[in-house]
Amino acid sequence: MSAEQSPLLELDAVSAGYGPVQALSAVSIRVMPGEIVTLIGANGAGKSTLLMTICGDPKPRSGRVLLAGTDIAGLPTHAIMRQGLAQSPEGRRVFPRMTIRENLLMGAETLAEGGDRSAQLDQVFTLFPRLRERLAQRAGTLSGGEQQMLAIGRALMSRPRLLLLDEPSLGLAPLVVRQIFGAIRDLNGKTGLTVLLVEQNANLALRLAHRGYVLVNGRIAMEGTGAELLARPEVRDAYLGGGAPLPPPLPADGPNPA
Amino acid sequence: MAYALQQLINGISLGMIYGLIAVGYTMVYGIIGMINFAHGDVFMIGAFVALIALLLLQLGGVMDGTAAILLMLLASVAVTALYGWTVERVAYRPLRGSFRLAPLISAIGLSIVLQNYVQVSQGARVKPVEAVLRGGVEVFREGDFAVQLSYMQMLIIGTTLAALAAFTILVTRTPLGRAMRACEQDRKMAALLGIDTDRTISLTFVIGAALAAVAGTMYLLRYGVIDFYIGFLAGVKAFTAAVLGGIGSLPGAVLGGLLIGLIETFWSAYFSVQYKDVAAFSILVLTLIFLPTGLLGRQEVEKV
Ligand SMILES: Nc1ncnc2c1ncn2[C@@H]1O[C@H](COP(=O)(O)OP(=O)(O)OP(=O)(O)O)[C@@H](O)[C@H]1O
Ligand SMILES: [Mg+2]
Repeated sequence: MSAEQSPLLELDAVSAGYGPVQALSAVSIRVMPGEIVTLIGANGAGKSTLLMTICGDPKPRSGRVLLAGTDIAGLPTHAIMRQGLAQSPEGRRVFPRMTIRENLLMGAETLAEGGDRSAQLDQVFTLFPRLRERLAQRAGTLSGGEQQMLAIGRALMSRPRLLLLDEPSLGLAPLVVRQIFGAIRDLNGKTGLTVLLVEQNANLALRLAHRGYVLVNGRIAMEGTGAELLARPEVRDAYLGGGAPLPPPLPADGPNPA
Repeated sequence: MAYALQQLINGISLGMIYGLIAVGYTMVYGIIGMINFAHGDVFMIGAFVALIALLLLQLGGVMDGTAAILLMLLASVAVTALYGWTVERVAYRPLRGSFRLAPLISAIGLSIVLQNYVQVSQGARVKPVEAVLRGGVEVFREGDFAVQLSYMQMLIIGTTLAALAAFTILVTRTPLGRAMRACEQDRKMAALLGIDTDRTISLTFVIGAALAAVAGTMYLLRYGVIDFYIGFLAGVKAFTAAVLGGIGSLPGAVLGGLLIGLIETFWSAYFSVQYKDVAAFSILVLTLIFLPTGLLGRQEVEKV
């Protein structure tokens, strides 16, 4: 087996949770170098927990997390992230009292001190020109969508080998979502960036990704290529709004105070 | 007029000491959201280490004032910083993530331990020392009253400014400073960016303790008497300073310290020395009631 065929990231029967809550049960997934893999699932299925467990917060209760063949389960979060991972987490988590520029530079904190960051900054500004216009603005005062752009930009600053994205489309206008997805594809094509993408927007995500997993109640229920999953009736029904009944129409005389 | 000017000078030099201690309260609060109630006692330890260093230096025959002061500062900062680190390790870290009151109880317990330890090992007697630095310059004379700026006051103001300047550079310009600010704003995210948050918190305690050690040394030199109880009073005043300035705000801590120093000094000069400590406590109560975010505290306008 050649080096290229061994996974960059492999979860082997990983279970995790919070106190009495068991959020992931024996989850096994693989992400090959250069792949875009997406993880879809209903609210509360455990998608964010999966991304965070890879980063060591929470730590897996059992199972192995292999990064390029080395078990990183049990390492502290900062040590894991220093091995070339970056996450744009759920809820954006920009530093509210730092400027856009400072937030972006925080993303490169794992790189050697004092290095030149202008290439990465330029890359981010090419993706999100809006951020360049507001470099000195405090991140806490940005709009939700702008914060999302900043969180993704920050994750790119360290030039990660594995990028974890938790619902990057959340709160963004459709045009910007397409732009971001286009950017992910570009980065993947040009630099071979490996991406594990959690998305509510299953339609877009499955179109973008090489492969996908469906998470149901903390377990992997299905896996396949994007096209395969898109074609599955169960996926269409549950995640693409295929079979879901439309909500009843609103009464003509406005909202009911009930 | 001259009398008031003299009080101003006295108040500023006292206020700088409170400011240095207040920075430690505000830093720790900023990063772990908790008041380190053992911080006043860390200041007291700093003063005692400086005292022990001074006695050893006098035994060893080092009499030169500047050298003695420098060595006292070094010894005090080194030992007290180690105390700060230990306090975090022993009293706070094991309780991180438990219910909010637990570290508070732990802090009060630790404060009692430190006080009693010093009381037993050093005796409860007040410790006087000879002045290391005498004299001063006359700034202004009005009739019989000469306004003095003593060398000691110059030393306090100069040293405090230097410590604060070094500290400001550390927070604004270095990777550790960035890590501290990141942890303060979102610790989980800081870890996701590769920052060792445990280490950052430890170092925050260490830096706060080092500043308290500088304050303790200055206090000893200025007042010449210390006992195991100074940590409590100075601690409450510095805590008041931090709250008045806006807890979590570093410039606020220094400003609050100056104001408390001035208020206490003017209060003693014009009203009553006996009740000077009441002034600080009253300000704490008034601030908490009427200005809970303090003078430079942040108004929470952020989107979350
Ligand atoms: N910090 C926490 N403490 C306790 N339970 C948690 C915590 N975080 C998540 N959970 C629980 O773990 C389960 C999985 O949550 P998770 O956030 O991973 O879901 P998700 O798939 O990302 O959902 P969404 O699409 O809504 O973001 C849920 O039942 C949730 O209530
Ligand atoms: Mg989620």
